[in-house]
This record gives sequence, C-alpha cells and structure tokens, in this order.
Amino acid sequence: MSSPARHQSSAGGQDIPHARTTSTFVGMPKFPAMAKEALANTQQRHNLNHATHTIRAKRAEVVDEVPDWEALRVDGAGTKDRVLADLDTYLLQLEDNLTRAGATVHWARDADEANRIVVDLVRAQQVEEVVKVKSMATQEIELNEALEAAGISAWETDLAELIVQLGHDRPSHILVPAIHRNRSEIREIFRAEMGKVGKPAPDDLTDDPARLADAARLHLREKFLRAKVAVSGTNFAIADTGTLVVLESEGNGRMCLTLPETLISVVGIEKVLPTWDDLGTFMQLLPRSSTGERMNPYTSTWTGVTPGDGPQEVHVVLLDNGRTSVLADEVGRQALRCIRCSACLNVCPVYERAGGHAYGSVYPGPIGAVLTPQLRGTGSKVDQSLPYASSLCGACFDVCPVRIEIPKLLVRLRTQVVDEHRGGAPSAEAVSMKAAAWMFADHRRLEKAQQAVTASSRLFGRRTSLENLPWPATSWSTARNAPAPPRETFRQWWLRTHGEDA
Amino acid sequence: MTRVALFATCFNDTMWPQTPQATVRLLERLGVTVDFPAAQTCCGQMFTNTGYADEAIPLVRSFIDVFGSYDAVVAPSGSCTGSVRDQYADLAARAGDPGLAADVAQMTPRVHELSEYLVDVLGVTDVGAYFPHRVTYHPTCHSLRMLRVGDRPLRLLRAVKGIDLVELPGAEECCGFGGTFAMKNADTSVAMGGDKVRHIRETEAEVVVAGDNSCLAHIGGLLDRQRSGVRSMHLAEVLASTEEEPA
Amino acid sequence: MSTAREEILRRVRAAQGAPPDSTPAELPARPDKERGAVIDEFAEITADYRAVVERCSADDISARVAAALSTYDVRTVVVPPGLDAGWMRDVAAEHVPDDELTAAALDTIDAVVTAAAAAIADTGTIVLDHGADQGRRALTLVPDVHVCVVRESQVYADVPTGVRALRPAVEAGRALTWISGPSATSDIELQRVEGVHGPRTLHVIVAGD
Repeated sequence: MSSPARHQSSAGGQDIPHARTTSTFVGMPKFPAMAKEALANTQQRHNLNHATHTIRAKRAEVVDEVPDWEALRVDGAGTKDRVLADLDTYLLQLEDNLTRAGATVHWARDADEANRIVVDLVRAQQVEEVVKVKSMATQEIELNEALEAAGISAWETDLAELIVQLGHDRPSHILVPAIHRNRSEIREIFRAEMGKVGKPAPDDLTDDPARLADAARLHLREKFLRAKVAVSGTNFAIADTGTLVVLESEGNGRMCLTLPETLISVVGIEKVLPTWDDLGTFMQLLPRSSTGERMNPYTSTWTGVTPGDGPQEVHVVLLDNGRTSVLADEVGRQALRCIRCSACLNVCPVYERAGGHAYGSVYPGPIGAVLTPQLRGTGSKVDQSLPYASSLCGACFDVCPVRIEIPKLLVRLRTQVVDEHRGGAPSAEAVSMKAAAWMFADHRRLEKAQQAVTASSRLFGRRTSLENLPWPATSWSTARNAPAPPRETFRQWWLRTHGEDA
Repeated sequence: MTRVALFATCFNDTMWPQTPQATVRLLERLGVTVDFPAAQTCCGQMFTNTGYADEAIPLVRSFIDVFGSYDAVVAPSGSCTGSVRDQYADLAARAGDPGLAADVAQMTPRVHELSEYLVDVLGVTDVGAYFPHRVTYHPTCHSLRMLRVGDRPLRLLRAVKGIDLVELPGAEECCGFGGTFAMKNADTSVAMGGDKVRHIRETEAEVVVAGDNSCLAHIGGLLDRQRSGVRSMHLAEVLASTEEEPA
Repeated sequence: MSTAREEILRRVRAAQGAPPDSTPAELPARPDKERGAVIDEFAEITADYRAVVERCSADDISARVAAALSTYDVRTVVVPPGLDAGWMRDVAAEHVPDDELTAAALDTIDAVVTAAAAAIADTGTIVLDHGADQGRRALTLVPDVHVCVVRESQVYADVPTGVRALRPAVEAGRALTWISGPSATSDIELQRVEGVHGPRTLHVIVAGD
C-alpha cells in the first residue's frame, strides 16, 4: 500500500508538532452541522451575500487594471517559495537586522510560549491595558484571552474587531471580521457595550455607517492617547533590512504603531520576504486582492527603533505554532504562501452561504479549510470535516494572488483524512467505496451491476424523475429529484447498434 | 479517416445513456469513426475527490490500458476529463510507479472534453445542429476552471440553427453539486443550487444546457422538485439534434 | 532542553527540504510612461480616493497652502522643523513648532503641513519617510487635516519603481508611512466611510520643481 500524503518529503517531519486547538474551538461540531445552523440565519446570509458580492466586484475591477497581473502572481508565488525553501537563512537574516536596528527578537514554538512572552513584556511595563492592531497571528494564539487571564485588557482598535469584541462575538472573515453584522446590529452593540469599557456611544447614535465610525473614533481616541503598549502582527517582514510592514485603512494601526512607548509584534515565521524590493510585487498583490483597492489608505513600515519617533522599545516575537509542520509537506507547504488577503473567501460559494464561524478556526473560507487542518492536524472531527467543506469549484485558485492550489490541497487533505482511518473499523462510506472500487475494477462486474439498474427501471414505469431515494442517498432527495434509471445502458445500446452482430 | 475512442464515463453509461449516444451520432455525422472500448469503467474521480486515492489508482492503470493506444479520446464530461488530465499525475506519483507516471504524462493530453475535441481537434463550431428552443448555458466548474474550455461550448451553441441562446446570470458560479459534496454538505449544496436554479428560471429558458450530467442531475433534480418545467440537457444532445432527429 | 530559537530552526531545517536551484525570474519591464502622463495619473487617482488634489507651480506653493488651510478653518497648524519656511509665508493660522508635543497636545491642533518623500502615480499614494520636512510620525496622524506638498519630480510611475527609490531611506533606518487618500473604513456593510482615526482631510498640492 502506498504511503500517506503527509510529510513525504522530510525525514525530520515526524517530530515536528502541529498547533494545539485553542480553547475557543475545542469540541466544535463538524462543518456541515455549523453550516446548517448558519444557513438558517437569513439575516446573516443576506449580509454575507451583499458583502461578498460587493467586494468581489471591486477586486475584479482593480485587478483588471493591472496588465501584468498574472506575472505578478507568478512572481509573488515564486518569491514565497524561495523563502520557504531557505527559511532558516532568511529568519536569521531578519533577526540579525532587527537586532541591529534596536529591536529585541523572541522565538515562540507554540501559542502558549508566544502568549507567555507577550504577557511578560506587557507586565514589565507595569500597565493594565494594551491597544491592538488587527492581527490574525494574535487571534490564532488567542492572545487576548491570555492577556485577560493575566489581568491585562487588550483593546481591539480596528472597527470590525471592535464590533466583534464589544459584541462578545467571534470574527467571521479575515479582512472584514464583522461581515456577518449589519448596521442596525452594530448600533445596538455600540449603544449597549461601549459605555462598559470606556467612552459611551453618543445618545443620538443612528445606524448611519459614518455616525457609527465616528462613535468608534471617539471611543478609541482616549485609549490611543493614553496607551503605553501596543501589540500588532505584521503583513511582511523584510529580511534584508529588518523592516516590518503593516497595511491598514482606518489609521488605528498608525495610532498603535506610533503613539505608545512599547510595541510588540507577533510575526508568523512564514511572513518573511527576502528583500525590500519584493514589496514592489506584494504591495500590488495584497491591496487589490484584499479590499479591492489600488492601495489601502495607510501602510506603515518600521525598522527596529527610530530614535525620537514612535516606540522606543520594539519587540518582535517569531511564531512557529504548527507552521513548520505545514512546511514539512512538500506540496502542502504552498499554503504558507498565504498573505491573508481573503480574496478566496469572497469568491467562495460555500463561504458565502455558510459564513466564517462554520469553519471552527480563525481562518475561514477556502484557505481556512486547508490551512487549519494543516496547522492543527486532522485528529478532530471539525478538522476532518474542513477539507470536505468545498465543492472544488476552483474559484479560489483563480483569485489567489500567490497561486495557492487550494482545490488540490483540499483533495490531498481528504486523502490524508481517509488514510488516517485505514486499518481501523471501516466507516459505511469506506465500505461502499471499497465495494464500488471492486465493481469498477472489471467491466464485467460493472455490467452486472448495470443489469440490476436497468431491471429496476421497470419498477418506475414512465416516471423520469424520482422524489425519494433510500439510504444512503436520502440527503440527496431532501430537495432534489433523481433521474429514474434508464431501460438500456449506453453499452447495451452500443452493442445493439454498433456491435459485431449489429 | 479520423478515429476517436469514446470514454462514455460510468455515470453516463449507466444513468444517462442518451448523452454518449448523442455524442456518437454527432461525431459520426461529422465523419468521425468512433470506437467504444468495452473494457472501460470509471475514471476514478469520485474516489480521488473523496480521499480514496488508493482505490483510484487501479482505475488510472486500467484507463491507460484501455485508452493508451488511441490518438484521441473524447468524453462528454468536463469533470471526468479534468480528473484524467489534472489528477492522474498526482495519483501516479502516489503509486510510486515511474512507468505509470510516464504513461500518464504521455497519454492524458490526448484526452479531450467534447467541446474541446470539436473546436480544437476537428476545427468545427457549426456542427449542423437544429434546436429551436430558448436555451441557457451553465458552464460547469471543471470545464471552466480545470480544463479552461473557455467559450468553446458557447461558440458551438451559437452556431445551432433555431436556438434562442440567453445569458445565464451568475453563470460562472458553482451549482453546488461538487461530487460527494452534494451529500456530505447537502444543506450548503442545496442552498447553492437554489440560487443557480433561480437564475436559470429568471432567464425563462426552456432548457438549461451543460457539459456535465453530474451537475445537471443536481440542477435538474432541483428544477424537477420545483416542477419548473425547465428541462436540463447535455450539450452533446443539443449538438446532435437535427430537424430529422430532434432532441 | 533546547531554546525556542534552536528548536524552531531545527524544525525549519528538517522541514524545508532542498534549497532552490533557480534564481528568481525578472518581471517583464513595463512600458515607459511620459512624465506628464505620470503626474496626471497621480493627480487623478489620488483624487479618486477622495483626497483633495490641486496642482501649481513652485512659486505658488505658499499661496496654495494658505488657501487650503483657510478652507478648512484651521486656527492652529503644526509645522515640522525642516519644512521650507517659505511655504508657510502666507498662512494666517497660528504656527505651532513641533517641540516634543505630546499626543494629547497634538490632538488639540487643527492641521499639519508637510512635504513628502515620494509619490506613486498608479495607486495615488504619497509616501513620507519622516525626514525633517515631514516630521515624526505622530504629526501627520493626530491632527485632523493634513496638507501635503508633493514635488512633481518625486512622483514615480508605479509601485515597484517607488519601492526601489525608497530603499535608501529604509536602509537608513527610517520609518515610512504610505498614504492613499484619507483614513477610511469599509467595515460596515462594505460601505466606504472616509475618516476614522487618521486625518479626515487629506489635501495634496502637486507642485512643479
């Protein structure tokens, strides 16, 4: 029997640990169950449909403006692949340049270690709060929960993250975390919750998006002006200069990266780019793929400490947390090219209907369906269900700015899930697949089975379409008819019309 | 004399025989000699896409055995053709069999989806068909994004005499079939299909046409359940239709 | 037990496989654009992102800066230490020098006037490297109006040429701020709202050299 799909390339792969499932997602139901629940939420479906279609159209428009878009995709993918093939060198170069520029570099094997490092750094500043720039890496490790457990308040400052945090909710999209909420829901959250943690929402707050944004501005400004410590992630970490790069829109990022005295950035080890000049490609790929803009309103770059300007104490936490286990799979590692643009979410017909929460992780949509089971392994029910949360329509690959072959990775992960169950008690599905494989192994067996099908056609008389199917096809016939079996298969017809005796 | 092997696909062979029959009639009308190698069974797509790679590998071998000696193979299915052209190399690599990998690399480029075969190999777009109906075309995902058949099916349909071809809104969006996805994630699948069917009905077409009976089974199953009166039909059947022998 | 650094590097080396044998392929060169077209494109696209854009000759800068500030009823304006004093000649508002102002103090100031380090035409972006004529980062962040004077010679056609031109500033350890239109959010129903935390008004004066 052939070898399982994982860790084919590397002898050392077996002792590289996956990430642990963080407490929020432990015991999550499988994708189909979560999706069913989401599908019943008509308001959310409406919000998601509107939002994904809007941003999809914007993206298509600005991508069409770039004549060499395909060349940029190829260049972006190639650059990321070069980084991944030589990651140790680039990480050491990054560390060296960061240190030289006055930053302190920390290394974290997993979420717990990263959280401990950040909590200790915050405690050393003797503060009880931090302001945060939206960051997937800190969500992944559940840093806010760790800070809270240490008595430190972490204030999310991105408008959507603020909505999610105040609503005691979870993000459902990488770029627009409150995509599942509409304006009137947001107004209610602001009115009910802002006053509990700071400046209350104005009494006359309406659901006009401009008024809601203004309420966020007022609420957060007092936090920005007094904050001593900020926590960020990064979009890119430039090895040859030691520069970190954060893209944003609202200015909350600039506030966090500029005003506090101490800045702590949690950086996944796959975020490295070899040279400053590589931004020439990535600063075209990311904004256009992400928000559908030619360029996002604000990008900040900083190289360690700038004397007299901005935070004078700068820390960078380099985070593994399962990334090296993804790297060990020579095909699967292309998921580490991901620049978290979320273009794949916005075109995905499954995400559009099921929403982000169904994916049981901070990474939803097509990239989440591959990245999460790669980072965490396929040991849990939810992680086993994620690779199947796709119709393999391929729209995600077409929009991916770094050409991640998501459909191919999904199939590969499905194979891994099946392989990991081989040898034990076979599931009903495995039994029927085995039986079907046996039948297809020889055309004479197939012909026998076909005789049973055509014989059954007599049971249905002139009906062309059937309403109810027996198990295991019952889930088909809840909303779909099925074709009645034909009286003659194609090969019977062929034999009759084209056979040697015909 | 042009000669081609027909890969009927197991699904068409068993459940939708009218599609490969139409393919044969169409190709013969265009002067092509069609062979149907009787030893063929299944390309293995359902196994591969559900994660049963080990079960798919013997089917790769038998596909090569059955079709390896032909200069051209044609299949009235975008997804089965896509499986052969896009997935066989990975399966051969998994099998760890360099001979099989070499055979796959050598053979799979000669496997064509019907519209590709007509337009690229035979060089025709007007196949002499007659189909006096209001039709809308759904480009299935694997034809569109795996095989990149582009507008070939539409060029063929536009040349059909009597046809009233109307554009399908949101045409490039998946119908929600997705193989075992339709069963494993039935609720999401049906939600996707519901939107597809709504768009089809908005066109007021009598017939929805596609290049894959699997997607059509899903779309047609929803249309039938709604008693919409809209027929679903494979591209081959429309192209085979003539005034003398209407579909 | 090994340190986290050693352990991660060990895992990376075990996982990453063979080093690449190919050198990166060069992106195909884009056709050269005529200078005038580049400046026009910059002005057009910057305005498309709801910045106010105007063009003038070098002699006209001070008049345009003064007019812009009075449009926004600016009473106090913070000035970076190295800004060309001539640009502020006609400004009636009170000049506040950046004398290590706290963020709270900056929050009481209406506007800031700066130069730029570079600009990118096809994305409508101005880039600050926070040199003496632009000031430290907080100056262009906290006040609600930012008037930025870009010289035509500073405008690059596209992102890659702009990025390459900025490399020396980065190597010198400077922080950069790229600004493309005023602060904005699309977090509520994907409807774009200008003005959240950064300056709600961005006024760009493109001046001849």
